[in-house]
Amino acid sequence: MITCLGDLFFPEVGVAMVTLLRRLGVTVEFPQGQTCCGMPLFNSGYHAEAATVARRTVDLFSRSEHVVVPSGSCAWMVKTEYPGLLAHDARQKEAAEALAGRTWELSQFLVEILGVRTLASSFTGTVTYHDSCHLLRGLGESESPRALLRGLPGVALVELPGADECCGFGGSFAVRLPAVSTAILDKKLDNVEKTGADCLVACDAGCLMQMGGGLSRRHSRVRARHLAEVLAGGDA
Amino acid sequence: MSASSVTTPFPERAAAALKDPFLQEALAIATTKFIGLRREAFAEFPAGDALRDQARAIKEATLQKLDVYLGQLADSVERLGGHVHWASTGDEARDVILGLCRDRGVRIAVKSKSMATEEIELNEALARAGVTPVETDLGEYIIQLAHEKPSHIIAPAIHKTKAQVAALISDVAGHRLAADPEVLTAAARVQLRQKFLQADMGISGANFAVAETGTIVLVTNEGNGRMVTSLPRIHVALMGIEKVIPSMTDLMVFLAILAKSATGQKLSSYTTLVRGPRQPGELEGPEELHLILMDNGRSAQIAGTLREALYCLRCGACLNVCPVYRQIGGHAYGHTYPGPIGILLTAMQKGTESVKELAHASSLCGACRDVCPVRIDIPRMLIELREHLRRDRIAPASERAVFRVFRRLLMSPTAFAFAAPAARMLQRPFVKNGRVSRLPSFFSKWTETRDLPPVAARTFRERWKELQ
Repeated sequence: MITCLGDLFFPEVGVAMVTLLRRLGVTVEFPQGQTCCGMPLFNSGYHAEAATVARRTVDLFSRSEHVVVPSGSCAWMVKTEYPGLLAHDARQKEAAEALAGRTWELSQFLVEILGVRTLASSFTGTVTYHDSCHLLRGLGESESPRALLRGLPGVALVELPGADECCGFGGSFAVRLPAVSTAILDKKLDNVEKTGADCLVACDAGCLMQMGGGLSRRHSRVRARHLAEVLAGGDA
Repeated sequence: MSASSVTTPFPERAAAALKDPFLQEALAIATTKFIGLRREAFAEFPAGDALRDQARAIKEATLQKLDVYLGQLADSVERLGGHVHWASTGDEARDVILGLCRDRGVRIAVKSKSMATEEIELNEALARAGVTPVETDLGEYIIQLAHEKPSHIIAPAIHKTKAQVAALISDVAGHRLAADPEVLTAAARVQLRQKFLQADMGISGANFAVAETGTIVLVTNEGNGRMVTSLPRIHVALMGIEKVIPSMTDLMVFLAILAKSATGQKLSSYTTLVRGPRQPGELEGPEELHLILMDNGRSAQIAGTLREALYCLRCGACLNVCPVYRQIGGHAYGHTYPGPIGILLTAMQKGTESVKELAHASSLCGACRDVCPVRIDIPRMLIELREHLRRDRIAPASERAVFRVFRRLLMSPTAFAFAAPAARMLQRPFVKNGRVSRLPSFFSKWTETRDLPPVAARTFRERWKELQ
């Protein structure tokens, strides 16, 4: 599943994920017609609208054995919110629950389903990792992405102070309250630059857009990269 | 917080807070300290997590039979010789207290820290009625001197720096005091001692009230709660109806986690248990005890969207970890209760419309839910409030239109696929050096402070064919 921001702004993340999964022997399909998980609608209170998007997505992926998403928040949306949104119809709810059970954020899929411990990536450098809120607190995942990074031969992982604190993105929050969103971001980026890492890694398109946009604006030498890109290799 | 601050739009209040260097300094230091202390307190307490679950279960079970426990509490208090008053609104609660002051010739009332009294703006009402309210919690005392409102649920003067506090207390003391907490506390103590002895009435809140025994429980760190409830001849305790708990055993569960969540202490310095007024043969305690049970929007939520907010212990942990609160402090929220839980409590007391801006003052990061001692799912309720705002058409028509269009786009893969080439064409004048740094109108809300990656030359779906 390649959701809206990843499709439009970070297609290289999806390409890296496909490359990586194929290297690991996974057959990858991309059901045509997918758009967005509906989280922007849901988070702003447009639940009826989000439910129609959820129903569509559930149908589209009804035949996939596993659904892998390179974005913690989209995975969270599918796993924790779809069943509730479709609860009014027993059949749809059941289908949503089934999809929730088969849907994985990329790092979780690699570690828990494929049992990956180490990968051979050409990526080299010092990286630091930001815990995206929905992956960390929504799906309870903090260790898989770190373990994968540590398992890369050319990568040194340094811990980011306040790694578990929000980057200030928050979907529409970033444009509803841009000044507050940016103040939160600045604190995050100050911490990132203090680590001395040359690459900031995260598992969510939203956070990457926010933090990457902030790093670019301050002409930082630190690059924001998705975990998939680092794991698949290629130049940073 | 003045009346005018609530009429200023929230984004402006937040922007002003972001530009206040004193506030920024004070907030950064205090919230970071609280977060660290809380983390350590629970790290040293392996039973903590299970007790949090238990505390949550007690709150839930109590809500299921709230009427029964409130009845039992009232009976217990009356059996001990106390008086119980029921107030369905804040106005009613205030009138009860003003009536007692009038009937009993009260001139000075000393107060222990109580958010419930803040909720009904009691100090202002007392002053209008000719009664001098004196806050005796050090933080509350400081902001009373500054003619301000609390900016944090447990640390009301968290927004003040040491130097600012020194200036305030120096004024009262009549000579210049060093910006040293010990010196300042000693000076405040001198002032407050007199007031304790002069006061006719002591006013407190209640952290808990035990139904079975009629015990009013105050959790404090300065001992002032004990003086307020025992020295003046009348003690009035004001509590929200959700503060009742069934038994003393339940109390132990809450005491084990409350201070750890709030200040990172194992226990607070003082836990004051008040059972009725002075009994025959007792040497101390008030002649009269009045307990006011206040609803003020609470009971309507027992079966409402904000039910879980009724579990709240008012520990303030969610404020300390909230990225928004940490940037703007409590006053910018513009209501009695700040922070993420404050948005819910404001909606409870003043209606959904009162939080039409604040419901969006959260990135939904979930840090609040994680630290809440009773695991209140605050982000979920914020989303529910946003849903109400849309359903009741309080959300702006323009916003509703945008989301309607957005939904249509997501429902039509053809339209969605067309969005990329359209955006590529529109963005052309704005892409420089591979990034978008300046966009007009609405989009400037992003690009004023952040770059945006351009819509990719080829989206993933456009590249998929060659990947197959």
